[in-house]
Amino acid sequence: MSDLAWFLVGALVKSIIAIVALLTAFAYMTLIERRVIARFQRRVGPNRAGPFGVFQPVADALKMAFKEEILPTRASRLVFLIAPAISVVVALTAFAVVPLGGPTAWGNSSIARAWAPYVADLNVGVLYIFAIASLAVYGIVLAGWSSGNHYSLLGALRSAAQMVSYEVSITLAIAGVLMFAGTLNMVGIVQAQAHQGIWFILAQPLGFLLYGIAAVAEVNRAPFDLPEAEQELVAGYLTEFSGLRWSLFQMAEYINMITASSVVVTLFFGGWTLGSLDGVFGLPFIWYFIKVAVFLFIFIWLRATLPRIRYDQLMRFGWQVLLPLSVLNALVTAAVVAYGLPWWVSGAIGLAILLIVAGAFYATARRSQPKAKRGAGQVMAAPTSVRLVADAPLPRSVDESQTTSVSASAGVK
Amino acid sequence: MSLNIATVAFYVIAIVLVGSSLAVVMLRNIVHAALFLAVVFGAAAGVYVLLNAEFIAIVQVLIYAGAVTILVLFAIMLTQNAMSRTSSPFSGQAWLAAIISVALAAGLIFTVGSSQMALASPNASANLANAINGGGTVARIGQLLYSPFDYSYVLPFEIASVVLLVAIIGAIVIGREE
Repeated sequence: MSDLAWFLVGALVKSIIAIVALLTAFAYMTLIERRVIARFQRRVGPNRAGPFGVFQPVADALKMAFKEEILPTRASRLVFLIAPAISVVVALTAFAVVPLGGPTAWGNSSIARAWAPYVADLNVGVLYIFAIASLAVYGIVLAGWSSGNHYSLLGALRSAAQMVSYEVSITLAIAGVLMFAGTLNMVGIVQAQAHQGIWFILAQPLGFLLYGIAAVAEVNRAPFDLPEAEQELVAGYLTEFSGLRWSLFQMAEYINMITASSVVVTLFFGGWTLGSLDGVFGLPFIWYFIKVAVFLFIFIWLRATLPRIRYDQLMRFGWQVLLPLSVLNALVTAAVVAYGLPWWVSGAIGLAILLIVAGAFYATARRSQPKAKRGAGQVMAAPTSVRLVADAPLPRSVDESQTTSVSASAGVK
Repeated sequence: MSLNIATVAFYVIAIVLVGSSLAVVMLRNIVHAALFLAVVFGAAAGVYVLLNAEFIAIVQVLIYAGAVTILVLFAIMLTQNAMSRTSSPFSGQAWLAAIISVALAAGLIFTVGSSQMALASPNASANLANAINGGGTVARIGQLLYSPFDYSYVLPFEIASVVLLVAIIGAIVIGREE
């Protein structure tokens, strides 16, 4: 067979394997998430179907399949039908360049390249993931718009604003890694880490944290799940969806989580590499899956721990904290790489910036709290967005700590 | 050479590109038109891939399909009553627009046909791109844009950045409420 034929066969077979694996992972992630969150909340979680509830995903799938799929009368029919499909297709497509292992050890023939453990090896692999991920917002925006429902539309607009805002920071946050690796190729980035003998998290602690936060916002997970904030928007863009189309959105969310975790592992934690154990069959895969599983657990952990942030907080955090820090991180890394300084310089500066920012956050939190209590008297200290009719004068300053004390003291008078 | 996979792919993409471009200007539903605009950008990215300009293709998707069209959708949904969906694409200037479009198309075809820079086929241009880049498109683009040592476009690039910065600050100043 020719090179091209091998390439096509390999790509097809590997795509099918990847899709089946991702969908299975999605099914069991829902179970694991429910069980883990139940543990966090001192409940038991689903444990009826089979031992430890292992057949729960099957039961859920059957339930979803037999639910009525409601088509609202005011819905824009065609767009309503394809919106969930867009979400899932985009989520699956982004996974194509994620390397689950190194190039095969059978040399560089076209056959060996066709069976390497990644669907595609693009020169611009990292950018490809972000480009495809930037299309994920279409699924949500179209779902919200086509539902013919104002809550859905508002949820969709929120999500568009959120995802476009955090995309800027996410790309800048990984710029440091790309400078250290000197390539945009996913396999190349892992090999660069093996070659330099470090995981890039050591050189880029700030970049890792910024990417992690922005990635949670990009996949719309708690505490950034504002598009589906039920207190304000019913269920946001999901409101009118039911049955299998609803579960397609869930599927997209979990697959995006898996892709985001895989990108973290590839960019910051050395991917599949094990040093001298690389050659042992299957071991790099297991090592890789363990790392990805840790980050998936952190996703669940965050959801169980943190309350959802408010919309103005989301925007302020994204543009006034995340973006400047990403630019700073890129600048520092560029200087370190340009002057040929060792990796720990950029790591130390990143940690120092992190400590300063964390200290500043802690100080503001400390400063605002006792003030509110002291000035308040009997009045409860409320966030700026909540205004009682009693305290009439509107706070003029945007700063949280000041406005709380202003409105509180106004209440006392 | 006549019918290899790149040529077939090019014609498929070209048909999609032209078809969705027509859909953008002809559809009565403005949101559908915006969606086809996203398809147009995606198909253009496909043409760049065929020309071995992977980086430009990805950036095309990232910026035009991923951000610009979303902002267009955003503006449509926020400004007009998003639940009433139809509008007429044809105004009284349709004839004028048709004449200008035909003139533009004729000019482009003439230029491409007679230019010395023109290449016989997409394959030839892809091969040329490969020969120039030596595979590493991104590194070559970076050198051409920023290099302080070789011949590069640093000054135009910086001027463009300043113009963009001015536009951004201007937008913030205008949009800011007193």
